[in-house]
Amino acid sequence: MSAASTAEAPAYVANTSVGRFTDFVDERVGGSGILREFGRKVFPDHWSFMFGEVALYSFVILLMSGTFLTFFFDPSMAETHYAGSYTPLKNVEMSVAYSSSLDISFDVRGGLFMRQVHHWAALLFVASVAVHMLRVFFTGAFRKPREMNWVVGGVLLILAMAAGFTGYSLPDDLLSGNGLRIIDGVIKSIPVIGTYISFFLFGGEFPGTVIISRLYTLHILLVPALILLMIVVHLFMVVVHKHTQYPGPGRNDRNVVGYPLGPVYAAKAGGFFFIVFGVIALMAGFFTINPIWNYGPYDPSPVSAGTQPDWYIGFVDGALRLMPGVVSGFHFEYIIFGHVLTLNVLLPALVPAGIIFTVLFTYPWIERWITKDNREHHVLDRPRNAPTRTAIGVAGFTWYSVMWAAAGSDLIATHFHVALNDVTYWLRALFFVGPFIAFAVTKRVALALQRKDREIALHGRETGRIVRLPHGEFIEVHAPLDEYKRYKLVGFESLAPLPAQPNEHGVVTRKENRRAKLSRWFFEDRVAPATPAELEAGHGHHEAVEAGEGQKTLSH
Amino acid sequence: MKALSQKRRHPLAAIALLLMGLLLTGGLYAVATTVNEAKASTAEFTASDTQEGEKLFEANCATCHGMGASGTQDGPSLVGVGAAAVDFQVGTGRMPMQMNGPQAYKKPAQFNDTQTHQLAAYVASLGAGPAIPSEELLDEKGNAAEGGELFRVNCAMCHNAAAAGGALTRGKFAPALADVSGKHIYEAMATGPQNMPVFNDSNISPEGKRNIITFLKQIEANGSPGGADLGALGPVSEGLFVWIAGLGVIIAFTIWLTSRTS
Repeated sequence: MSAASTAEAPAYVANTSVGRFTDFVDERVGGSGILREFGRKVFPDHWSFMFGEVALYSFVILLMSGTFLTFFFDPSMAETHYAGSYTPLKNVEMSVAYSSSLDISFDVRGGLFMRQVHHWAALLFVASVAVHMLRVFFTGAFRKPREMNWVVGGVLLILAMAAGFTGYSLPDDLLSGNGLRIIDGVIKSIPVIGTYISFFLFGGEFPGTVIISRLYTLHILLVPALILLMIVVHLFMVVVHKHTQYPGPGRNDRNVVGYPLGPVYAAKAGGFFFIVFGVIALMAGFFTINPIWNYGPYDPSPVSAGTQPDWYIGFVDGALRLMPGVVSGFHFEYIIFGHVLTLNVLLPALVPAGIIFTVLFTYPWIERWITKDNREHHVLDRPRNAPTRTAIGVAGFTWYSVMWAAAGSDLIATHFHVALNDVTYWLRALFFVGPFIAFAVTKRVALALQRKDREIALHGRETGRIVRLPHGEFIEVHAPLDEYKRYKLVGFESLAPLPAQPNEHGVVTRKENRRAKLSRWFFEDRVAPATPAELEAGHGHHEAVEAGEGQKTLSH
Repeated sequence: MKALSQKRRHPLAAIALLLMGLLLTGGLYAVATTVNEAKASTAEFTASDTQEGEKLFEANCATCHGMGASGTQDGPSLVGVGAAAVDFQVGTGRMPMQMNGPQAYKKPAQFNDTQTHQLAAYVASLGAGPAIPSEELLDEKGNAAEGGELFRVNCAMCHNAAAAGGALTRGKFAPALADVSGKHIYEAMATGPQNMPVFNDSNISPEGKRNIITFLKQIEANGSPGGADLGALGPVSEGLFVWIAGLGVIIAFTIWLTSRTS
């Protein structure tokens, strides 16, 4: 393929038949040009850069296993009597959808394995998307020029959740039916249009006879197509922006240090696909997921204890569980002109998710506005070097996790032998104070780590060797760091608060004042990296550590 | 007839009528409930069983349940709870209770089978109540599919559709049903121990109870066709597993893959 065969040199004839064949193809599609361009794209190596790949590979596995499942699944809600080989359900009345899901599990060769591959891959897909986004957030990779790609990633997260939820409901078993009923309740709680949407969606009163086939169309057609489209946009932007890199010697915002795609990275990435596939296959082979035969067919009357959605919808379920019906005589349900407004369903179901996704989508612009930073950033922040951002992220994650944990409140109660009510009370308290505690603790930990870095950069590593000097003083010998290690500790930018700036008319607007206030809140606690002068002078005593220029003294 | 019509305006007529009505409904209720419970009665108790049971009761149970099982502040009266209640509570180790709390925990039984039988004989002698079920109701040869439907409608909201158990309010819980004997399952349904409601024979017929036991034993014997069941706890344990084990292993691989360079 690498034979020099371009349109300008038609006289060239390859020696072997393979060479002639590849030449023929290349002259018509220009493969070598594409390969030359992409094969030389450089990717930096770090384990935390691979979660996006995990998500991509999980998605490919989902497409393959899902295609297999469509061969046997029948999304009909027509009633039938089970006649398959699972005896505890023999002759039980159920929908064709549930019956065909049972047939996939028990009567199609390899069907149960494929179902489990599909479901485990789905859980891993959303989990790797989430971890990938956390990595991007905490390293500041969403900054210019990647804000739009961050938004595309957020859309992908929502699409992944939508794909998961539509799939979760398809087997029409008791568990998924209970989940669907909760969604129906949430939809119906939307004022004015809620009941109309519900009747439109379910084709009449819940559960109706059409919802499974409608969800099926969304699940195998619309949602995956949108995911594919977004993945293409996402990867295209990655190619345009090039990959970010962690700070290190020789790395800056104008270069990318790493391996070229071909051959090293292509080999690694290709191998990694099979690793992900292997891990999913092992999980599917050895661990049950969604044992639909346990749950029985859906019927609106029974509700099983321990009914939960898959993990990615858990936080919404948890918020619903945390919402009190009445708070010391204050009700959350009103009847206005004969219409019921149930805030105790509407608020928990839509508000936390709304806040999380609004902040998630707008955060790059919020930070950009506060810092007035219009430069391109290709070198990442270590999370400790952006203490306030890291603290905001951890606070948000804590808030999410409290709701997430609340979705399993009943299992926490039974497995730790505590009262369900107490679990709920504690989680309600944590819902409000947890993020603040997490913010304060994280920020302090980040600042402390920065100070430790500074101290090590200035004085080197403690060797544990104590030396007595001729005049009697004891000192511990510090070994100086090599330059590469030291660069990692000092080569970062520590932003300072940016005071309010007058606009072109010389006026400091109120908005600008607000921005300055936020900027102060963001950057007032900071540890400046050790300057070359300090490093030069730093091999003395410990007391010098705190005396960085322009550094605010931190209280302990 | 004439005498009756003359006396119907008597001042006491209303009271007499009320009394008759109460007697009739009360009597019917008593007959109906005993008819329900008496069906399953098979265990034969001898007089010596009852006597031995009384001794055991006075030594071990009377502190809370009172002399003659008439109840105290610390424990309810056991008159009329029947042999089935004793066999369940004592046979599963829930009684004597380890400590006061929202619910008695299952623990190794404190009395052997003979002693449990004697205690049951004594309590059964105090008043009619649900009896220990006969063998043919526990043969696990009923209709599992019908049992499954009954289980999902009546039991799954507390015990979970896969009988893995679930939480109730304020520290109470519905236990998992794996490894519980068919006899104890039957007795629990008939007597409603702890926080469980009573499913008497007009709620769920003895045949229905037999089907439920068949269903539970069959899903237990089936095991988990898809591999390790992760506690049969549904999406919570699955999510925990994918985050910790699934992502954990993959992170280990990513570190391995990128470990050659800086």
